[in-house]
Amino acid sequence: MSLDLKAIHPDHRIILDWVEPGSSVLDLGCGDGELLYHLIKEKSVKGQGVEIDEQAIYKCVAKGLNVFHDDIEGGLTDYQDGAFDYAVLDQTFQQIPRVDLALTNALRVGKKVIVGFPNFAYFKSRFQISFLGKTPVTEALPYMWYETPNLHSVSISDFIDYCARKGIKIERRAFLGGEKRVYLFPNFFAQVGLFLISKTG
Amino acid sequence: MTISDQGSNSPVPSSLWGEKGELGLIETKFYTFDGLALESGDWLGPVTLAYETYGVLNHDKSNAILVCHAFSGDAHAAGWHEGDKDPGWWNEMIGPGKAFDTDKYFIICNNVIGGCKGSTGPSSLNPETGQPYGLDFPLITIGDMVECQVRLVTRHLGIEKLLTVSGGSMGGMQVLSWMGRYPDHLKSAIPIATAIKHTPQQIAFDEVGRQAIMADPDWKDGNYYGGNHPAKGLSVARMVGHITYMSDTSMAEKFGRQKKTHSGAEKFTADFEVEGYLRYRGENFVKRFDANSYLYITKAMDNFDAAAGRPFPEALRGRDLNVLVIGFKSDWLYPLYQSQEIVKACKLAGLEATYCEIESTYGHDAFLMEVEEETHLIKHFLRKIYNGYEVTDES
Repeated sequence: MSLDLKAIHPDHRIILDWVEPGSSVLDLGCGDGELLYHLIKEKSVKGQGVEIDEQAIYKCVAKGLNVFHDDIEGGLTDYQDGAFDYAVLDQTFQQIPRVDLALTNALRVGKKVIVGFPNFAYFKSRFQISFLGKTPVTEALPYMWYETPNLHSVSISDFIDYCARKGIKIERRAFLGGEKRVYLFPNFFAQVGLFLISKTG
Repeated sequence: MTISDQGSNSPVPSSLWGEKGELGLIETKFYTFDGLALESGDWLGPVTLAYETYGVLNHDKSNAILVCHAFSGDAHAAGWHEGDKDPGWWNEMIGPGKAFDTDKYFIICNNVIGGCKGSTGPSSLNPETGQPYGLDFPLITIGDMVECQVRLVTRHLGIEKLLTVSGGSMGGMQVLSWMGRYPDHLKSAIPIATAIKHTPQQIAFDEVGRQAIMADPDWKDGNYYGGNHPAKGLSVARMVGHITYMSDTSMAEKFGRQKKTHSGAEKFTADFEVEGYLRYRGENFVKRFDANSYLYITKAMDNFDAAAGRPFPEALRGRDLNVLVIGFKSDWLYPLYQSQEIVKACKLAGLEATYCEIESTYGHDAFLMEVEEETHLIKHFLRKIYNGYEVTDES
């Protein structure tokens, strides 16, 4: 079956581009397994998913994927150091209670970590806060304040600062505004930030 | 072997047997071999195994699946026996188009040794005395049960590698034992609602069952085969068992506090529906199960340790084995953390694995009840193993 690149989410397309063929990938919060499915088809990776939602697990299994029924923190325990070439936290880590601990653990289990998250400092969010005085609701952060599953609001600049403070090496980065890549002033124009990170030294 | 065209001459409605998607009439077969050196150091022989098969073994013998029964199960996993009203114990999962699809796979199920459904057990004749073994029957282990299965599968049926081995509860223990002992004979494994080893709570319930049997005066140190069987003791043991197989919720839903009607002259009758149910299940069990088998098999479960002296992940490390672990949320007899321990072992050993906690209110019985979810998981898992990791887009 040929791969329909148009059907792939833009953030998934970037991750597909970053992952080395034949590597091993742990996808934390893999949902219905779309990313893993494409990674296996396109890059022949050895993939393992972690997902908390039972119905999503049935969809993963229907795709022939390996998946564990667990939350992200549980999904990172028990593994040996460097058990996977990549640990992926795509559009999930803003919902983890202690992101720092999860990231530290992800950098232990994965030789490299790929994170993707909605940028809180996107210009439309800034406008809604500064001029309307409202908690922002955007395409990438579509929830009202009372129903959001997101525990943290993080901007691209926040994340870059965090990596600098923790001595985490940013190997690659990509920014998205809707379907398109953003190259200029990403912390202002990008809705989504994606980073490929690793431990230094 | 399936015999789907013999239903018409039988007293049971042929519609059940002949129905599309059903296996029809099935016959139990027997395999006898010289014997086995048991883990205890004792020799048991000769050994007979009762077994059934469903579907057709393919040319390169690559489509064989071993299904292992739970504590009180038997070789009759699917289809109907001549004259029977009910099908085998996992008929909803085994058959044409079902989870274990007999149009694609060749499924084997045998009665464990120590049992009383055709395989050698304490009620079998001891060749040395010509009398039933009784307590002269040696202590057996889950590992001994598996050693017998290995002979059945590899020597008798000539199958070098099983596509998978699957089972729930004690069946799952056999699966874990296969994984630890004979990973090279497996492509995959599906342990369901099971544990690497029994907890004190699980041992405690088994001990109550054993004590109930041994307290029955008819038990007579196991030498009851010529006379009355310890029916009361075995029945109480089964009642305790049934409580542990259900959940608070499933009992409340099934029985409530509804009372049965009776004259009121007697005291301590089965007033509540749940009492009547337990008595009925206990009395029924006595008709089909041997009290000594209860003692031997529960002891084998209590003594089971899949790790067998070394960490379980060590036994699995580096093996080319794909594992599907299934647990049930309301199962308090084999709680989810025990399934998670199996998952942990797979993670540490670097095995490819899938784990699903199925939402259910049935308690431990769920592995026999939640057919739809189990079918979805097992069907797709097996397709991947059989077709060789070709991911599909069907959901």
